[in-house]
Amino acid sequence: MTTVRTPEELGLLRQRLVDGRDPDQPRVSVCCGTGCRVNGSIDVIEAFRRELDGQRLNGDIGLVGTGCHGFCEKGPVVVLKPSGVFYQRVGVDDVPEIVAETMVNGAVIDRLTYTDPATDKKIVYERDVPFYQKQKRLVLDLNGDIDPTNIEDYIVFNGYAALSKALLQMKPEEVIEEVVHSGLRGRGGAGFPAGVKWRLCREAKGDVKYIICNADEGDPGAYMDRSIMEGNPHRVLEGMIIGAWAIGAHQGYVYIRNEYPLAVENLRIAIEQAGEYGFLGRNILGSGFDFSIQIRPGSGAFVCGEETALMASIEDRIGEPRPRPPYPAVSGLWGKPTNINNVETWANVPLVICRGAEWYSGIGTDKSKGTKIFSVVGNINNTGLVEVPMGATLSEVIYDIGGGIPGGKRCKAVQLGGPSGGCVPSEHFDVPIDYESLQKLGAIMGSGGMVVCDEDTCMVEFARFFMDFVQQESCGKCVPCRLGTRAMLEVLTRITQGQGKEGDIAYLEELGEQIGQSSLCGLGQTAPNPVLSTIRYFRDEYEAHILDSRCPSHVCKPLIQYSIDAEKCTGCGRCLRKCPAEAISGAKKEPHVIDQEKCIKCETCLEVCKFDAVVVE
Amino acid sequence: MISLTIDGHKVEAIDGSSILEAAREHGIEIPTLCYHEALQPYGSCRLCVAELETPRGSRLVASCVYPAEEGAVVRTHSEMVLRSRRMTVELLLAAAPQARAIQELAASMGVQEPRISLSDSNCILCGLCVRACREIVGANAISLVNRGFSKEVSPPFDIGSNACVGCATCVLVCPTGAIRLKDVLTNRSVHGWESDFRRTACKICGDHYLAPELTAQVGESLAEPRV
Amino acid sequence: MDFQPIFDASEIDDLLNGKRDGENGSLMGVLEEVQARYHYLPKDALILISESMGVPLSQTYGVATFYNAFSLKPKGRHVINVCTGTACMVRGARKVLERISDRLGIQPGETTEDGQFTLETVNCLGACALGPVVVADGAYSGEMTGARAEELLRQVMAEVETA
Repeated sequence: MTTVRTPEELGLLRQRLVDGRDPDQPRVSVCCGTGCRVNGSIDVIEAFRRELDGQRLNGDIGLVGTGCHGFCEKGPVVVLKPSGVFYQRVGVDDVPEIVAETMVNGAVIDRLTYTDPATDKKIVYERDVPFYQKQKRLVLDLNGDIDPTNIEDYIVFNGYAALSKALLQMKPEEVIEEVVHSGLRGRGGAGFPAGVKWRLCREAKGDVKYIICNADEGDPGAYMDRSIMEGNPHRVLEGMIIGAWAIGAHQGYVYIRNEYPLAVENLRIAIEQAGEYGFLGRNILGSGFDFSIQIRPGSGAFVCGEETALMASIEDRIGEPRPRPPYPAVSGLWGKPTNINNVETWANVPLVICRGAEWYSGIGTDKSKGTKIFSVVGNINNTGLVEVPMGATLSEVIYDIGGGIPGGKRCKAVQLGGPSGGCVPSEHFDVPIDYESLQKLGAIMGSGGMVVCDEDTCMVEFARFFMDFVQQESCGKCVPCRLGTRAMLEVLTRITQGQGKEGDIAYLEELGEQIGQSSLCGLGQTAPNPVLSTIRYFRDEYEAHILDSRCPSHVCKPLIQYSIDAEKCTGCGRCLRKCPAEAISGAKKEPHVIDQEKCIKCETCLEVCKFDAVVVE
Repeated sequence: MISLTIDGHKVEAIDGSSILEAAREHGIEIPTLCYHEALQPYGSCRLCVAELETPRGSRLVASCVYPAEEGAVVRTHSEMVLRSRRMTVELLLAAAPQARAIQELAASMGVQEPRISLSDSNCILCGLCVRACREIVGANAISLVNRGFSKEVSPPFDIGSNACVGCATCVLVCPTGAIRLKDVLTNRSVHGWESDFRRTACKICGDHYLAPELTAQVGESLAEPRV
Repeated sequence: MDFQPIFDASEIDDLLNGKRDGENGSLMGVLEEVQARYHYLPKDALILISESMGVPLSQTYGVATFYNAFSLKPKGRHVINVCTGTACMVRGARKVLERISDRLGIQPGETTEDGQFTLETVNCLGACALGPVVVADGAYSGEMTGARAEELLRQVMAEVETA
């Protein structure tokens, strides 16, 4: 542990660390993000440790447990550096072979390499894997290289150099100008220009100001921020310290949801280490600037991702938003000027300062600069974290990077922005990903959750799911959201149960319009979006449910019937025995029959039938 | 002084006042439910929404909380406002069909039968009782508990609160009469749970119980319809 | 329920002394610690915390009922969490939830009569590549189906019996 008191000392420390490491030394990078951990990557890394010790190779071969590499579908992911050999679905039993064959002998183990389903070819190196090829990993660049619990790893890769530059070579106003010119927009979903927001806060009256990092990533299916905080928490801290310097704040808070225990822990360690090394605390790098950061836990309320509700939570109150104006930049936490930004926004800041606004604004489109991280999930082959430059198309993300839809099914639509967002149907997949283009289609960028829906997704049920989520998470303060979304949910539920009425669609549209215009906060204002956008693009599905009592995707249970195809049924009796409702009857070797009155539509028969005889209508 | 336009009229307002205050100063009436002059505005009922012109089109703002700004152009009864207000009232009627104040509001806006039935509670969660207990009385005896559709007003643990001073301010400010007051001999119970709460000393006068005259006065004022 | 730690006022005192003046002098932080320790928020703890921190009991109670992380009722010995985030739902989490709910005989949010199992849903754990995900006593299981959920329950129940 070395306390760094000046930029020169930082430079010396970095040099010493770099000199002490051999960039050509072989090392094993094992993904220890939450996703890969669930698949056993901790056991894998322990196995590597044992094997390297046992073979007395631990001096020659490095081992690092990193954050999320992004290719979650193929975890546990192991990458051998510096060659870049990429192994997927690595198990504990594979470890001795990897060490002996690949690390020592240089031979590639076929069964562990990635096969490109498009060409059926084996791909050995990470850089050639299609999932990574079209990405531009700037914010996630170090996720495969550093141990997030070791600050020295971050320093080796130029960590805190941007902070040094901002504190000692730039005035606060210059930092703000740089961020304004970069075109960096808030990554939490609203896309407000970050530099402009900083300026408003700097100019607000008052000596006491606060910085907040909104790490309450609540959109289901979105885990970009989790991976940034698990894999490179120092990048976020560095961004916050730079922001605090620019704005004139001396206290910062990271509001992070408690459902992310690993991210909380890695962040806690990072804050502690940053303090020990002198990047947090008093007189940072000899600049005379003091700043410290506290972690505040989220406690299970999606609405606390809304900035005024978030602040209420930090103030020990219930998470009820309050009307704006006044905006947090002028009157925020405890009434003081406060600047709140999302994790990904903060993580972009060191890049902007280090490499400059000119460089940053060269990436992306006219109005949407830089890159955006998406969590591509749902009915997609390559589930994972994807970082692309603004302007990349949805098509590229879904097909070139995402690898298309499992089972060769057709992609129906993509949902962006979670419960606040709209869906984009497949005919619009050539849309460039930027704030304005998505808005024109009735969708939003959102925080980055991208849920892919295949042809078997019922878009009515999908909309109902989001409305149910909103009802669970609504704070209940204002009438349009508390009661209006309840009304929308009841109508949607009726429709998915086959009790839709003529006029329901019009009622949903009217409710949606009014809730959107009249609600107090962003949660309510955007709550109708999934419903309105699915009505816009999939009205036929709504009409089928209401007018024909039919669910075209065979998802809404009350509208589907299960029956047994007498031609295919062999009368083996498996379904009869397994049926929990005793709804199936039939003699041995005779075609069986399902009693529709008793059938509870659990699909057990469908699961156990070996003859594909259960028909779904 | 601030100069803004409301419903086509140029009005002057004190710096720091809300659109609602500016409007009422000039005799322009905007309906409200969760607003009370003695309390911090809350902005939850959304009945008082007004249409505010912005460079990117119009939007609705709650006039009780939105500041009167120099040069603002506001409409309090435009089509956009009325559609929102009718929907808000229809939803309130669907949730509190027996509350007289809501019935009258609905009738005045031409809202008939709600298209849906949501609940049957006279409490519309305007928060006035909680806010009055906190801001004026300082007793903090009740609060908003739970979240979303199950949100309700309750003393802690749903039993009589030790912090309650029995002043019945909550009864006074409730627009729908959802809080019931029952005075029997020296026992006062509020809201209907039979709680034999300690009459703590009134923070202002120090008496340990409420005088019969005050009780009678509160009783009389409750007999009149609340608007 | 014999496995629940008995409420100990001095423990709460220690916690408060540590938290109040220090870094994390926040009500939410204290409540989270108590929740972690007792698996719910005992009424007496809330009263003690309110008095000690100078926060009105009504505010503490309001906070305790608003946030999902807090429970005013003791949870079961085994907590089964089914992720119902969008990605998991699209992959069939509803069926998994229904199967577990049927087998245990309780709805999400409820605890079995014998105090052994609590069933909960959670809106996204961030392990979307492995959906549907179920967390049983902190252990994650991915790619769940109705059948695998039955198997998981069988395993957990077997442990209960041998315990």
